[in-house]
Amino acid sequence: MNQDSRQPILELRNVVSAYGRIRALKGISLKVFDGEIVTIIGANGAGKSTTLMTMCNVVKAVEGDIFYKGERINDVAPDQLPTRGLCQVPEGRRIFPRLTVTENLDMGAFFRRDSAGIKEDLERVYDLFPKLRERRRQLGGTLSGGEQQMLAMGRALMSRPRVLLLDEPSMGLAPLLVKQIFDIIATINGQGVTVVLVEQNANLALQCAQRGYVLETGSVVMEDEASALLHNPDIRKAYLGE
Amino acid sequence: MDYFIQQLINGLTLGGVYALIALGYTMVYGIIQLINFAHGEFFAAGGYMGVIFISWLAAQGVHPYVCLGIGLVLAMLYCAMLAMAVERLAYRPLRQASRLAVLLSALGMSIFLQNGLMLTQGQYDKAYPTEITAGGFQLGGLYISYMQCLIVALTIFLLVVLNLLVFKTRIGKAMRATAQDKVMSALVGINANHIIALTFAIGAGLAAAAGIMVGLYYGTVSYSMGFVPGIKAFAAAVLGGIGNITGAMIGGLIIGMVEIFAAGYISSQYKDVFAFIILIGVLYFKPTGIMGENVDDTRV
Ligand SMILES: Nc1ncnc2c1ncn2[C@@H]1O[C@H](COP(=O)(O)OP(=O)(O)OP(=O)(O)O)[C@@H](O)[C@H]1O
Ligand SMILES: [Mg+2]
Repeated sequence: MNQDSRQPILELRNVVSAYGRIRALKGISLKVFDGEIVTIIGANGAGKSTTLMTMCNVVKAVEGDIFYKGERINDVAPDQLPTRGLCQVPEGRRIFPRLTVTENLDMGAFFRRDSAGIKEDLERVYDLFPKLRERRRQLGGTLSGGEQQMLAMGRALMSRPRVLLLDEPSMGLAPLLVKQIFDIIATINGQGVTVVLVEQNANLALQCAQRGYVLETGSVVMEDEASALLHNPDIRKAYLGE
Repeated sequence: MDYFIQQLINGLTLGGVYALIALGYTMVYGIIQLINFAHGEFFAAGGYMGVIFISWLAAQGVHPYVCLGIGLVLAMLYCAMLAMAVERLAYRPLRQASRLAVLLSALGMSIFLQNGLMLTQGQYDKAYPTEITAGGFQLGGLYISYMQCLIVALTIFLLVVLNLLVFKTRIGKAMRATAQDKVMSALVGINANHIIALTFAIGAGLAAAAGIMVGLYYGTVSYSMGFVPGIKAFAAAVLGGIGNITGAMIGGLIIGMVEIFAAGYISSQYKDVFAFIILIGVLYFKPTGIMGENVDDTRV
């Protein structure tokens, strides 16, 4: 199917973001379609995290437009976006350190009022991550890195997202856990959640995603099918360590 | 021995008052890292609103304890709204500014509110109706006033309610989440401005209750009454570990006890000094306070 004929669920058009006078995104355009996994890869400091934070309006775009479900959302407050199904697991997980595991998960469902549905989702998250159930009364800050990543994903799922932005979910995890996290991403995606995946581990990310964008110092330098990027010699050299 | 127990009861009463005020400092600090120097003024405003509402109701022939109850609730609500207005006007516009700027704004607000109270209420003390404040009973060699009982009971009640609110409810969790990570709490849909306003409101409500208690205990209130107890309660918050709710309660009790016992056994002339000696001692030897950092999880 021709992708450009479809309406993207999330789109950036010529977005510029800056920290003070330093422009971290220099006019980025990208599209995310309903139901797909899109990955954004790039070197350290390329602007991947900034892209995700700009999508959530935590970093305000100084130029350009952000569209979500066909609506321009530049001026929507960041705390209103989870309500609409746009949800992020940020870099470094950002678990609430002095809330328990259960309380962290509760916060994921903060804006929801359907307590029966919340309870159901809590069980589902515990089924997905049995380790969290064991540790539900433990403080978030005392979990191991891997457990924190699971908690961060679980917390995001508690909001029943339509689009999930994941910033380096494999960071600092042992290979076995990395595989588990990627399996779970595929599962979540299979349940109809659109995923935007930022990764250092470009190899795994490109295997998991349908399409990919390559970011270099604040600009998109390439976009293609993930499989094409995976076999692109330039990409292999620059990001896959060959 | 009777004297000792009498002092213990007085210390508990005063300590509870300091604890209630200290909570406002500690909660606001926990959430926006601001030492709200205007906080003592909510205590004073509460004492005044108490006089105004209670005297008016008493003049209508309402039963004294009903006057007290209604007056307390109204004064707490008034101060909660006052604090939200102060936050909105004097602190929120400076959210991105340096901490010094906000601190100066707080000092300015303190002066403004204190003078506002003097201009509107006059510079002379105002008295609570004696038919409400008078009375007490003899227990062995001890004299305990009804107001003292009321103050202790009310303090315990308010502290329990606050703990339930902060540690058990959805909004309390959101408060703690906002204190811990504002960006992340926005990413889960929490409006930080609402939570901050609520924190100010709760702190000021508790301070207002403390102001009424002091008014009932001593019989009068004055426009400048917020300053000294405000600083002592701040010392209590620092002693307990600023940002920590349990710490503020413990700190308040300790400061109250120390003050009463020092006044009783050392020198009543210098009773105000001891809170500051403790403050300096804590800042010098253990700036994180009793409950600060890693001791427990009751930071906001
Ligand atoms: N809060 C900030 N203040 C100032 N500059 C920032 C801030 N956050 C990021 N930057 C700068 O913006 C640029 C892009 O950073 P960003 O975090 O988006 O990169 P990234 O691609 O996610 O890198 P990494 O792979 O290391 O996570 C970098 O040059 C960084 O130094
Ligand atoms: Mg990053």
